[in-house]
Amino acid sequence: MSSTTSAPRSSVTQAFRLRLRRYDPESGQAAYWDEHEIELEGHRSVLEGILQAKNRFDGSIGIRCSCRQAICGSCGVRVNGEPALACHTHLDEALLGAKDGVIEIEPMGNMPVIKDLIVDMDAVHWKKVQRVTPWLIGKQPVPEREYIVDRESMVDVTQTMACIQCGACVSDCLAMEVDPGFIGPAALAKAYRFVGDPRDDARHERLNDLAQDPQGIYDCTHCFKCVQACPKDVNPMGQIMRLRRIAGADEKIVDINNGHRHEEALTTLIRDYGLLHEAELIPRSYGGNSWFGKFHPAAGKELLSSLPVAIRGILRGKINPKIALLGHKLAKRDLDSVKRIYERVESKPERYELNLYIVGEDES
Amino acid sequence: MPEHDVLIIGAGLAGQRAALAAAQAGASVAIMSKVHPVRSHSVAAAGGINAAISLDDDWRSHAYDTVKGSDFLGDQDAIEVMCSEAPGEVMHLEHMGVTFHRNDKGEMDLRAFGGASMKRTAYVADITGQALLHVLYEQLMKHHEQVERYEEWFTTSLLMDEAGASVGVIARDVRSGRMEAFTAKNVILACGGAGQAYKPTTNGLIVTGDGIALAYKAGAPLMDMEMVQYHPTCLVESGILITEGARGEGAHLLNANGERFMEKSAPNKMELASRDVVSRAEQIEINEGRGVGPNGAGIYLDVTVVPRKRTLEALREIVNLGRDFAGVDITREPIMIRPGQHYIMGGVKTDIDGRTPIEGLYAAGEVACVSVHGGNRLGANSLLDTLIFGRRAGEHAAARSASMPMPQVDTISRLKEDEGSIAAIVAREKGGRRVSEIKDELGETMNRYAAVFRDEQRLQSAREVVARLKEEAKSAYIDDRGTVFNQDVLGALELSYMLDCAEAIVLGAIERKESRGAQFRTDYPQRDDENWLKHINITATADGPQLSYSPVTITQWEPEERKY
Repeated sequence: MSSTTSAPRSSVTQAFRLRLRRYDPESGQAAYWDEHEIELEGHRSVLEGILQAKNRFDGSIGIRCSCRQAICGSCGVRVNGEPALACHTHLDEALLGAKDGVIEIEPMGNMPVIKDLIVDMDAVHWKKVQRVTPWLIGKQPVPEREYIVDRESMVDVTQTMACIQCGACVSDCLAMEVDPGFIGPAALAKAYRFVGDPRDDARHERLNDLAQDPQGIYDCTHCFKCVQACPKDVNPMGQIMRLRRIAGADEKIVDINNGHRHEEALTTLIRDYGLLHEAELIPRSYGGNSWFGKFHPAAGKELLSSLPVAIRGILRGKINPKIALLGHKLAKRDLDSVKRIYERVESKPERYELNLYIVGEDES
Repeated sequence: MPEHDVLIIGAGLAGQRAALAAAQAGASVAIMSKVHPVRSHSVAAAGGINAAISLDDDWRSHAYDTVKGSDFLGDQDAIEVMCSEAPGEVMHLEHMGVTFHRNDKGEMDLRAFGGASMKRTAYVADITGQALLHVLYEQLMKHHEQVERYEEWFTTSLLMDEAGASVGVIARDVRSGRMEAFTAKNVILACGGAGQAYKPTTNGLIVTGDGIALAYKAGAPLMDMEMVQYHPTCLVESGILITEGARGEGAHLLNANGERFMEKSAPNKMELASRDVVSRAEQIEINEGRGVGPNGAGIYLDVTVVPRKRTLEALREIVNLGRDFAGVDITREPIMIRPGQHYIMGGVKTDIDGRTPIEGLYAAGEVACVSVHGGNRLGANSLLDTLIFGRRAGEHAAARSASMPMPQVDTISRLKEDEGSIAAIVAREKGGRRVSEIKDELGETMNRYAAVFRDEQRLQSAREVVARLKEEAKSAYIDDRGTVFNQDVLGALELSYMLDCAEAIVLGAIERKESRGAQFRTDYPQRDDENWLKHINITATADGPQLSYSPVTITQWEPEERKY
């Protein structure tokens, strides 16, 4: 036992102001802000604050909640604009993020509001989960006892099993904001839970389905919002990237969205030029991943259709035509360091996949 | 009006397992829950599920440990059923997709747990309940054509026919506020315990004794309600649970002098004695001034003795809980815990097929008392209980419905009655106490007077307070006048459910004049097999609660002195 223990937390209560986004569907009125002052210790949760307001001042405040310990996934909201579990956010920390000293709490985004902080998860989240065939299709014959599988494989899928279906990632998904049909981070993380499960018999079919769907794995824009939003370290975007790597590299799935070819073109260009070569990216993604790609008819068609965007970019000074067309010129020393990174990653016998359940934190 | 062969109330592990079993048996099935199924409190079960799956284990050993854990109040026929069917059930769940932790050979790994004579707890890190619950829900999504789901529907009462049989329920769609009558050949209650009658508790805010109270109001007997489990390791301030898996992995309990005090009361099993024993030992340390922290109200749980890598992999959730809810890195320093209300061993009396004495009414899981847990439940036996008896209730109810017509009942008047009583709550004038105030006083009262150590005087105080609160609850007012997601009015109904449960708990505790399992009477400190090796049943009548007794079923293990 270590001799030092952390100092006991302050038992002094302080006043916090909460500004709640309220909406009563029966009133015929628009949503509005409602402020309450509550009194609690700073390390208590935003949920406890909301419940104090509800219990003391206004029982009609609507919020789903149950466990108070970030496991039931009921109390997903936005605190100062960021998705969070209300029970998993300390009041003092929330106050630091409040722009005018008042902690602002709104319902999650990307889902219709039913009342106050309660959103319709069935209409969005659960519909998308249903989309990914969310159950194990067990290998046959089913063994008499348990399936014998690698120890690491079960720990690996436990990271996605740890998803509590709170919707925080869905709330913050930028791709879904633009394309509401995107299957989205939570459902795709759920998909990995089966693709990564050695007991599942439909790995190829699942991946092919998700790769060919224009709103599937290649619709993610790699923005990291879901990684940041997730209160359980499920790393949804990381799971989507793993689905892409397994689909493209292992299962050799050529998708009609050119998603895999686009990724290959991008990594080749950075290896060769050190930075992205914009003019080569589209032709190679559509015409083939080499200098000759641009002569393929599919590349020409795609180039033509992206011409207006390119011209607008040049007119507004966002694209330098010379660099865009000829590519960046890096010093040889810099280019060599980029190449060394590639060599180091590619020389590993197995693909490096970050999984907190397996890797843990650094031993010390 | 919806009609179903089998209607299940509650969609935690017991309810979902019952639904799948009944559907597989060919019945038309519906499952109803006041929350989305994955929010059910089964999700919080952490440590694992017991089953004698190891080749050198035997289900009889599991059964004996359970009997001993129950302080010989468990019914041994039921315990034999549970333990002998456990390995098959756990394998079934594995085949469905539960990601059980493996050993180096790729077989399911097992961890040590309290009161068990060997390692027999299968687990998924420390999110076993969540993994089981989510996998069952995957199956409900798969079988959506066979199982109708009423998610976010709140049951307001059970429908009975003139002969006193259970023939459906009245429920309210939480989203729209619309009330509806559901006819069913069989109703299975699977809506959990009543932990919110205590404050603090490890149980979620939704665990308000709904099923226990609904059955009680309908005339079903409640059994051994005095048996309330205090879990030994809950965070001091919030009451949040730290899994027994921590001690299973080797963590120590230390008092203010740094002593592993469990050697006094359980020299062999030490920290892995059964929960009632450990909670009492902790409470004694605290009461005698050897507690730690502010006011000496806590005990140290020292997880630092577990290898850090193992902790991060197999106890990841409590690493996060320690960090986020107590500001402690459990891999580097001990964390302060104390006993806290966790589980109700008592509940609606059932047989081994989940049947209550009321025709057509079943119960399974924490809402029920089979009784497999008797005076004290072993850790990792609750998940098992929900699955085994959920399945058995589902199968039995499906078989029963195959040979009977759909009941014809006049539901309109009952529907109007429930609509009327809800409207009356909404219309209450401001003036009485707030629902939340009454609930807080109830929880604090129960935790003060009906906790680890009890005596006649304290229990009588509890009885008086509960009786007063019942009166006050009748005029308690609410703020929400709407219909969409009116959680306020549902809170008033939940309060009445909790008060019924609390009343039964206190009555049972006053009645049982001995110390057994979780019931420790300082005025009757010995176990008294001669007078009290029996179940206490409480039935609601027009003249108030009536007490009666029923025998404990003993098959192969005669009561003996209990030592760990």
